[in-house]
Amino acid sequence: MSATLPPQTVQAMLPAPAPVCFVTESGKAAEAPADYPAPSDELLREAYRRMVVGRRYDEQATALAKQGRLAVYPSSRGQEACQIGAALALREHDWLVPTYRDSVAVHARGVDPVQVLTLLRGDWHCGYDPAATRVAPQCTPLATQLLHATGMADGMRRKGEDGVVLALVGDGGTSEGDFHEALNFAAVFRAPVVFLVQNNQYAISVPLARQTAAPALAYKGIGYGVHAEQVDGNDVMAVLAVMTAAVDHARRGDGPVLVEAQTYRVEPHTDSDDPSRYRDEEETLRWAAADPVRRLETYLRDREVLTERDVETAQAEGEAVAADVRGRIDLDQTPDPLALFDHVYAEPTPQLLEQRDQLAAEMKERED
Amino acid sequence: MAVVTLAKALNMALRDALRQDERVLVLGEDVGRLGGVFRVTDGLTGEFGEQRCFDTPLAESGIVGYAVGLATEGFRPVVEIQFDAFAYPAFEQIASHVAKLRNRTRGRLALPMVIRIPYGGGIGGVEHHSDSSEAYYAHTPGLKVATPATAEDAYWLLRDAVHSSDPVVFMEPKKLYWSEEDADLDRRRVAHFGRAVVRRQGRDATLVAYGPAVPVALDAAAQAAREGIELEVVDLRTLVPFDDETVSASVRRTGRCVVVQEAQGFAGVGAEVVARVQERCFHSLEAPVLRVSGFDIPYPPPKLEHAHLPGVHRVLDAVHRLQYDDEPDVRHLDRGVA
Repeated sequence: MSATLPPQTVQAMLPAPAPVCFVTESGKAAEAPADYPAPSDELLREAYRRMVVGRRYDEQATALAKQGRLAVYPSSRGQEACQIGAALALREHDWLVPTYRDSVAVHARGVDPVQVLTLLRGDWHCGYDPAATRVAPQCTPLATQLLHATGMADGMRRKGEDGVVLALVGDGGTSEGDFHEALNFAAVFRAPVVFLVQNNQYAISVPLARQTAAPALAYKGIGYGVHAEQVDGNDVMAVLAVMTAAVDHARRGDGPVLVEAQTYRVEPHTDSDDPSRYRDEEETLRWAAADPVRRLETYLRDREVLTERDVETAQAEGEAVAADVRGRIDLDQTPDPLALFDHVYAEPTPQLLEQRDQLAAEMKERED
Repeated sequence: MAVVTLAKALNMALRDALRQDERVLVLGEDVGRLGGVFRVTDGLTGEFGEQRCFDTPLAESGIVGYAVGLATEGFRPVVEIQFDAFAYPAFEQIASHVAKLRNRTRGRLALPMVIRIPYGGGIGGVEHHSDSSEAYYAHTPGLKVATPATAEDAYWLLRDAVHSSDPVVFMEPKKLYWSEEDADLDRRRVAHFGRAVVRRQGRDATLVAYGPAVPVALDAAAQAAREGIELEVVDLRTLVPFDDETVSASVRRTGRCVVVQEAQGFAGVGAEVVARVQERCFHSLEAPVLRVSGFDIPYPPPKLEHAHLPGVHRVLDAVHRLQYDDEPDVRHLDRGVA
């Protein structure tokens, strides 16, 4: 707790002047590769496969929402490099602390694809076991989860474990007080936590310019003594390189890291949103040209790291996941209403038990 | 037996909890070397080190949210919030996460943690240092809410709270921090958490009180006895769970009930108590159940708090109004509700 910070200059904590980029929008090697080791071809092939599966999964969930089989679905289409880059940067014992828009990252972390959608389909709030999967419940109140992530990271450190917590947040979330409190706590306690901001340019309808006047969200790290970096969020090679370095930094005990990934939300905020009210098509088309999946595919194919067969295999896997989700999403039983009273308390109050009896009686009456 | 203050009893409870279970951590603003502004954490950092009792940055949402993360990793954090009204920035963490994580995860993640909040007035504090905020927490499913009125209860309720698998908001009546009591804390004699206690027996009416209102109710009962009115005093001890059994049994015996709380009255805990008593004891009641509370105003400045705080006189006035007339005078009932 009282450990002194290693000597470091302000300069060392600042992000690169431009987002770290390895692969250009057209899929070519970027001119000036950043000062990070390049991820291996093997890892890039793995990232490609997972991004293709993740996109198909996202498309399927979007379709299910349109069919009314999910209560709501916030798509992360276009953000696959961030989602997969986040999941692949972690070891098994590390925690992922996601938001409601991070279903693809949660799935990529190994959570059953139907259980990922439990929150969004509306039967329970979290369908998977956070302790077993090391994935926290998808968080709806903005930025509140960043403080939990900080406490979890410090908890692991206190127990002598070398785990890292990766916490996800959007650009809108960086305006919340808890974002600032989390960065401050993390820095003061040197908690092994990495904050990944997926700056997708809009908080529902409010553009980044209304969210901050900072040159980039990554610059917010310096005010708290947190190392920061900005990265091209549609270049998974860059995301993997930066996230791996950030996670290593935290794991070494060198303190928290803030990473801003600059990306774009291609789809509406949710299926009930109308983006034509707040952004023009030209902008959407411009970002479509930066598509992370196509960019990586072009890059890897040009270098003959990826074959036609690899592409087909990944797509087939995506189809299989989508079919699995379609097949199982309706099969689960409607939850038992009496289960509403479970898990409110470890030891329920007498009042709650009375209310449970009341509902049981009401249900019996309806049956008779 | 030894003379202890309520604050000292809390200090002893924390010390014993830290000794007994290495997962227990005490954290907050000024809880370390200073020992807390009310000295409730006095000496804990010295005895257990900075890993077990430590100061955090000054940010209430941060303190509670960070404790959520520690609890997720298996620790049992006991958080100190310095004053009642300072907890409001943490309310989102308390209401959205502390109260709900067990439910959100279908019991897979639990948050055994305690949030200690000194509350209430009567100590001449300036604004934002004297709020009675218990109703916000009692209204939030998933939280348990305890509020001691004696040193013995302070000790055992806090031990129980730290031991509980459920998150507990622990409301400490700061007016009573320095009240002394001859207490034997070594041996638990009765169950405390979730059980109300009859502090004084009487046949003519029941006063239901909690926290800082308990001594007021006891003083009122002592004074009423001199007029020949025997008042029973029930101390709730925990607001959640609520002990209907003890309260109802008392009111059925006496047939009359006044609820005494320091908090503002409208939509407060007292209203809940009145409703529960009416529902359960209607056929035993000889008069409407009345409330005595603070007024529905922001907590007043120190020089005027005497006008706001419900004292013995206001309690006795209520007792007289309901007690022996055929037509109880309910003029005052609408006060503050218009």
